[in-house]
Amino acid sequence: MVPLNQSSVAQKLAGRLALTRRDFLRDAAGLALGGALVGSGVLARAGIAPRNRKVVVITFGGGARDQETFAPQGQGNIPHLMNELIPQSSFFTQVVNRGILGHYVATASLATGVYETINNFASLPPEHPTVFEYFRKDRKRPASDAWVVAPSNGFNRIGESSHRSYGPGLGARVILPKHLLTAATSGRRDDYQHLLRDNYEAPFYAPELAGSEFELQQLEMILKLSVDDFKAHAQTLSSPDELSVYIAHRLMQQVAPSLLWITMHDIDIAHAGAYSLYVDGIRRTDRLCSDLWKAIESEPEYAGKTTLFILPDFGRDSDDDAGGNGFQHHRTGDALSRTTWMLVAGPGIRQGVALDRPTESTDLVPTLGAMLGFSTSLAQGKPIEELL
Amino acid sequence: MLPRDLKPEQFAVYPLEARKLVTDYLGTLKKLPLSFVPGLLRELIDYDFKFPAEQTAHERELAKVGSLSNDQRKEWFHEFEEINVSAQLEAFDWVKFPAQFVEQLSAHLWSTHQLDAFRTASNDYAERLRVAVPPQPPPFPRLGITVIGKGVASYDDPLFRKLRPHGAYFTRVNPENGLRLLLDAAAARAQKHPAPYGHWYIDGGEEADHAAELTTVSYKALEPARAALLGRIQTELARPGMGPEALRTVLAQLRPWDLGVGAKNHGKPGDEVLERFDIKLLTEGSGTQIFSTIFAQWAAREALRRAQPLTLLVRFAPRQRQRPMNELITAVAPGPELDPVGSLVDADMGAYYNWLNQQRLPGAEQSSFLVWFEGHNRALVIGPSMPRGTESTSAADLGQLLTWAA
Repeated sequence: MVPLNQSSVAQKLAGRLALTRRDFLRDAAGLALGGALVGSGVLARAGIAPRNRKVVVITFGGGARDQETFAPQGQGNIPHLMNELIPQSSFFTQVVNRGILGHYVATASLATGVYETINNFASLPPEHPTVFEYFRKDRKRPASDAWVVAPSNGFNRIGESSHRSYGPGLGARVILPKHLLTAATSGRRDDYQHLLRDNYEAPFYAPELAGSEFELQQLEMILKLSVDDFKAHAQTLSSPDELSVYIAHRLMQQVAPSLLWITMHDIDIAHAGAYSLYVDGIRRTDRLCSDLWKAIESEPEYAGKTTLFILPDFGRDSDDDAGGNGFQHHRTGDALSRTTWMLVAGPGIRQGVALDRPTESTDLVPTLGAMLGFSTSLAQGKPIEELL
Repeated sequence: MLPRDLKPEQFAVYPLEARKLVTDYLGTLKKLPLSFVPGLLRELIDYDFKFPAEQTAHERELAKVGSLSNDQRKEWFHEFEEINVSAQLEAFDWVKFPAQFVEQLSAHLWSTHQLDAFRTASNDYAERLRVAVPPQPPPFPRLGITVIGKGVASYDDPLFRKLRPHGAYFTRVNPENGLRLLLDAAAARAQKHPAPYGHWYIDGGEEADHAAELTTVSYKALEPARAALLGRIQTELARPGMGPEALRTVLAQLRPWDLGVGAKNHGKPGDEVLERFDIKLLTEGSGTQIFSTIFAQWAAREALRRAQPLTLLVRFAPRQRQRPMNELITAVAPGPELDPVGSLVDADMGAYYNWLNQQRLPGAEQSSFLVWFEGHNRALVIGPSMPRGTESTSAADLGQLLTWAA
């Protein structure tokens, strides 16, 4: 559908963005160019069999622009990424999302490897099999081995698709920490209210839950956490993403799933138009990513055998597009809003390299399949060879 | 229905001037693609309530498109012709509800991966139009003024970082009586070069005393409308089947009197053009109902884009501290706390956006811009005669800076 000339222009813009991003990182984080690395069998060389590997995926709902992150004027907002994570990662500078730039549908696309077209604001399952279903069906894994921690009610059905060959019973368990907190504090929500906004794209609206909820009573059974302790801990947190990371860490300790997917969305406060809050969200997300990596390195079930993927679902509008309003939204579909990045760290992953070649959001699922040893036959993307 | 099937009587629901304009060009509209016409009608249906600059632009656009030969028209619109529009959209009553059609078209374009093609078509059309019908330069150079940091006692971090490469940064500005001086300067321009909706004062808080010649919008004055709107949103969301898209459609149909604003509510003549502008800020802006800083920035953006003012003074004020929107819209707390420093950071970026949006208008190379940290001695000036990327420690007051900016 896209005329060749338009596609070519968009590719050039995305490529330029990637090179600039690479230059920023080379200067500030000392990354080397890794464009020549292909098919190096890195995981095999790490000596970890697929069945013993674990993967943690962190996605951001709401990208952050380079000028607030990787560019020199933005690097102060992401000290943990710049100084801790990127130097020990393979960093992909050009991950293009050619799908719909809404957070639920984009996250569904990341999780299926297909550009989904479901309604971004409805509680609907993805139409194509998710990575969790591929993983569980092919590897015959129990439900407890694949989990999603997600920010809002609308993500309740991200764990399993409506695909007739997969679907019910084969997906991931989904925890919505904010929903749990709402349930835990029913009738006395004022103290927690600042954590409970459903999402920032449609701030006045929260879809009704549908699908299999993680019930409040399971807090104690699965996470070994009493409702009172959960509430008490929540009182010490300043944001929904902090709550999500707390729950994710608890899952790692109590359940130790092989495939753990965490979606964050504090940065998306940008939709409210307050620049300072958007930057605060970036700083918090940077810290939380570091916290999760430290958790991976310190938990015995994860240390030394876990690959971490961090990637925003897409970017945000540039200041230069008159059709948008700068950082506030991701509505123009311009190159900046479509071109994001991915950081991959863990055993066998080459450290301190930047890879400029274009990859797509849909490449994540086939890469995870190749890494953990399961088929992703209906996914559109291709495995990223530099990681295998 | 396709554009070729358009008939004059279908526009009976349009306001008087809009109806006349559309029917005058009906023959032209009938030759244009479905992916294009409703977008144009969405603008034209509000013609009666548009600012003069917008009305002139629409008239010139229609005249130009109407003058195209068949070959030229094919060249101008072939990219829109290639956009596939669904049968469901074709059956929609897009004459009567063009805005709703455009909203549904947008969802269709995203889901069918045609958004990039549509974006290219739109940009190419805009560029052709710009070349064929060059925007009219302003009768005299524009001036933008942005005042940030109200209520901040001290702030040592850098300011105006994104603007500094474009102008001169002053660090010994005499702040005394600064806002009065700037408002008087705006008023003087309005009195010297009177123009309808040509000189604006936007305040993110409560407006200061100002000359009647200035078109004024303020967050404080719209407080009742904001409360009414948030109440309306709560009511609508309680209806079965209500979702974000449906809510947007409801909000887009609100008129000033629905929110207690305007002549029909107060029984006295008002300025319906400005009242509709005010309401759109709240119903179409994101976050404008909650945070005064984005209200001021969005109001400035829309004023620049739509009215193309010759003078625009924007004063940011402290927004409320971040609290969840559910709490805010139910207004359970007795009164919001303010976040002056966070608001200063918001406004610093807002000032940059004000300048960017001013520079998108004709005559940009002659325009001037001044941003001042209210009550303090830091300011930055951009203008044709100001050296870029410089810093001055010369003592000056704001009046002098304005003189140098011109």
